Amino acid sequence: MTERMLMLLIAGRSSEQGTSLNKGKLKPEYQRVTSTAEMNEQDMARLDLKDGDRIRLSNGVGETTVTCTPRKITDLPSGIIFMPYGPSSSELMESDTAGSGMPISKNLTVTVEKVSG
Amino acid sequence: MSDTICIINGSVYDPANNIAGEIRTLYVRDGRMVDAVSEPARTLDAQGMVIMPGGVDIHCHIAGPKVNLARKLQPEDHRRDPHPGTIFTRSGSGGVVPSTFATGYRYATLGYTTAMEAAVTPIGARHTLEELHDTPIIDKGFYILLGNNIYLQQLLKEGRKEEFHHAVGWWINSTKSFTTKLVNPGGDEPWKGRRNSNVSDLDEKNEVFGITPREIISAFIDVADAYGFPHPPHVHCNNLGHSGNVRTTLETMKTAGDRRLHLAHIQFHSYSGEPGQNPGSAARDIIDYVNAHPNITCDVGQVMFGKSTIMTADAPLAYMLRGIKKAKWINADTECESGCGILPFSYQEKIYVHALQWAIGLELFLMSQDPWRVILSTDHPNGGSFQSYPKLIRLLMDREFRRQEIAKVNKRAIGKTVLPDLDREYNLNEIAIITRAGPARALGLTNKGHLGAGADADITVYDENPDRELMFSAPRYVIKSGNLIIDNHEFCADFSGRTLHIAPAYDESIVPSVRTFFESYYSIEFDNYAVDDSYLHEHEVIPLSRAAT
Amino acid sequence: MSNNLRVVENATCTFCGCVCDDMILTVDDTEKRIVKAKNACVLGRAWFAEHTIEDAPAAMISGKPASVDDAVAEAARILVEARFPIIYGLSDTTCEAQRQAVAITDMVRGNIDTTTSVCHGPSGLAFQGIGESTMTLGEVKNRADLVVYWGGNPAESHPRHFTRYTVTPKGMFMPNGKKDRTVVLVDVRRTPSAPVANIFVQLKPGKDFELLWALRARVKGREIKADIEEITGVSLAVIDDLVQRMKTCRYGVLFFGMGLTMTRGRHFNSGALLALATDLNEFTHFVAKPVRGHGNVTGADNVVSWQTGYPFGVNFSRGYPRFNPGEFTTVDTLSRGDADAAMIIASDPASNFPKAAIAHLRRIPVITLDTKPTLTSSLARVAFRTSTYGINTGGTVYRMDDVPITLRKAFDSPFPDDETILRALKEKVQELLRSRMPRGAKSAFELPLSA
Repeated sequence: MTERMLMLLIAGRSSEQGTSLNKGKLKPEYQRVTSTAEMNEQDMARLDLKDGDRIRLSNGVGETTVTCTPRKITDLPSGIIFMPYGPSSSELMESDTAGSGMPISKNLTVTVEKVSG
Repeated sequence: MSDTICIINGSVYDPANNIAGEIRTLYVRDGRMVDAVSEPARTLDAQGMVIMPGGVDIHCHIAGPKVNLARKLQPEDHRRDPHPGTIFTRSGSGGVVPSTFATGYRYATLGYTTAMEAAVTPIGARHTLEELHDTPIIDKGFYILLGNNIYLQQLLKEGRKEEFHHAVGWWINSTKSFTTKLVNPGGDEPWKGRRNSNVSDLDEKNEVFGITPREIISAFIDVADAYGFPHPPHVHCNNLGHSGNVRTTLETMKTAGDRRLHLAHIQFHSYSGEPGQNPGSAARDIIDYVNAHPNITCDVGQVMFGKSTIMTADAPLAYMLRGIKKAKWINADTECESGCGILPFSYQEKIYVHALQWAIGLELFLMSQDPWRVILSTDHPNGGSFQSYPKLIRLLMDREFRRQEIAKVNKRAIGKTVLPDLDREYNLNEIAIITRAGPARALGLTNKGHLGAGADADITVYDENPDRELMFSAPRYVIKSGNLIIDNHEFCADFSGRTLHIAPAYDESIVPSVRTFFESYYSIEFDNYAVDDSYLHEHEVIPLSRAAT
Repeated sequence: MSNNLRVVENATCTFCGCVCDDMILTVDDTEKRIVKAKNACVLGRAWFAEHTIEDAPAAMISGKPASVDDAVAEAARILVEARFPIIYGLSDTTCEAQRQAVAITDMVRGNIDTTTSVCHGPSGLAFQGIGESTMTLGEVKNRADLVVYWGGNPAESHPRHFTRYTVTPKGMFMPNGKKDRTVVLVDVRRTPSAPVANIFVQLKPGKDFELLWALRARVKGREIKADIEEITGVSLAVIDDLVQRMKTCRYGVLFFGMGLTMTRGRHFNSGALLALATDLNEFTHFVAKPVRGHGNVTGADNVVSWQTGYPFGVNFSRGYPRFNPGEFTTVDTLSRGDADAAMIIASDPASNFPKAAIAHLRRIPVITLDTKPTLTSSLARVAFRTSTYGINTGGTVYRMDDVPITLRKAFDSPFPDDETILRALKEKVQELLRSRMPRGAKSAFELPLSA
């Protein structure tokens, strides 16, 4: 068991994110969906996490606290954390676009740690 | 509301009314030419100036899906030719494929007031109409690509000629188009379905549909003839650009017999030689046939040195050209309807083939015996931009200038042509024919290309200048539908222009059969396919010359 | 549900870039909502069900209800007085509204950009460098015997992509639908799209370019080192099998998602994929297509391109359009602090932009047009609530493959549509500009710079 881990964050679309944004972006469902992150079971075990535990994600840009939920290791490789796009993932995005207009929101290196209490 | 205008003292060139350089007073009211106006709101003194009807471009590529892909593809070309706005006009980008606003304003700046987009996929008609609505000043229409339409080929294969006729009518109505366009007929299926191959002979049966290019061409000529379309099928022949394609071009014209047919950018189809070898000029063979057959009209598709953009429904051709430099290239397949290829290109004086193409175009112009049927075009932007028309006009009008230009180009290519021996110089009346009166007549636009009473008041007034390139680059006045648009070389108003289209009647009983095909093979719903009138804005239905059968 | 029901056939769902136009909507005219959307996917059902008419003011100024006229006047004043106004969003509205937005930007010499810049903008840049062999979706249905998805998860983002267009439908030369095709999925995680694929290739994150370049090399018959597996997570045997399939199919397609554009490499990744599709045309017919996101993002690309010559990231400050991604794109104009006013149309950058950009958005006057309150509208000086395209208003939308479709209105909304607001705003802007112009000025160059 470790206290914290460096992981790769991938933000993307999900069905729930899509359906909840139709209800309204200021509604609780959208906020719940976009602040839930997926990790595989092994990675969660290493950080002593259970489904629904709170985790803190941080990098040089900022930090955000979200809820975690498990996926099978065959679906989500170790070291990768997936989260639907939204206000939480925005907190970790670098604003430099390297002259492209596009900020990077997939494959961001973040520190993941359990939030206790 | 347009102005009443009177133009005095100008030298009028109105070939359709047999006026060649006479000083006449012209009157404009309610957007039309009239015999007289009492107390005109504006009188223009055209002393020392040349007056012509507004120019008519019978073949160009200015709007729609492929044009927009070509625009998006070339930011570098736009950047060096910005088009600033004025308080009357929108800004835009120039280059070889200008933005829609720049396209309209720049046509007006040459004295052109009508332009026909020559190749639109039916499913892209809605897009084309949206762009044309954003193409100011000029009147415009478009030709609909039907020569590789799978449903129509199936009808032909099954010998259902009557249904074919009505299906063509349905398609034209559903797209608000002006006439039919055939591009490399029969060539799409081998391209898309047979590992990028092509059809090479007019009598080669297509493996899938079992019909030949000749059968396709003939069937469309029949339909246009039976309906009395104002403009016959507009054909881009098979084998464009290939050595020895003169045989295909002559055979295509023969297929028409004495029925009307328009051959697009005929320069690209006038090559002797053997496939795979360097081409020579077959301009003499082609122009002799055209001269002797009054049923044929053509536009030249002159090549102009410098930057161009290849954009064509002839996808195999674009792929072949892509092979030369292996630079950026677009292929765009449209379901059940068409192929498309796009690439930036440039014609260079020292390259044998380019110089030959340039010389063949000029040969065709200079050996033409009937300017009414051999019309000025560069197949914009394929042979060069429409913005090079003034230079092309100078090449035709000024023998000395032409000699200087010939001296700059590949000598071996010139040696394969008779161009140095052709001393002819076009006069202003002939220029008025190949840029105005001729294309208007070939298009069946009875209100355009002339200045007689009742004609659309589309008028260009040029300062007389011995440098014809300069003269045709910058008219002093341009009037569109009776509105003064360019006043003393500057825009003084904006204008939206009209869409010109035809509306042939068809038997509704064809619709269930088309619908069945759609439901199986298209990816949009049949009921969402036809373009409704809201996309037409200002428009004019051009009448057919005979009642529907 | 009341008894006052009506059916609208051939309606179009504008939620995602699939733009499915086979919706059969049951409309409750009493309750002013859609009670059933036959043929819609899970996202489409939510789209139609949730766009009801809420009781809210049509316009707000500084958080207080205002008349639309007053809001238009205030918005026009903001845009005309700004030195660097930016207009952004546009992918969830009609082409008719987009055309008005570009016109306004031209007039105020502002900066216009669409959500393309944070979606497939890099693919647009790759397109400008490489070109693209591409097709309409019906060609895939009729002809494609090999369908490859790369860096995308259509099962969740575009749920009917497989079933309506690319995998299951029977087509002219694919009479047995899915049985006639091979489907390949390349991704870093096994997404809900994986079960559709015959072959799933799991790639290491951030190694898309390397794998694409290896494929290009093998297509051209070049040797590559065996350590490709260590680098990409994909073995040489798998690579060679893919190459063989791609070269021998009759009509191959590469669909790609934001897994390529939003990660290290950006336009190089998209460019490598487009180049691979181009290369394959030496052997067979091969096409590629980005799987575009929002309902009319493709229309936004088209409109901005035909009006300016450039697809996104366009600046009019010199009186003519200039294009420079990284400079005139919205994340950059905001996070650098260039913009001094913003009009956001049908988009919510405050909830998905980097936080430096959002911080600047809070500092400047913002105008929003949206159908529902968002984080962005909640920080706006002027917020318009508009009707929903494809539900309350008609207009034109371009599917991800550039096919334009006309929308059908299902029921009326008390809120004006985007085009109506933008037209009114354009007229107001024009009036303000003309009132500031010197007498007799003919050219835009004589206009005073807005200040």
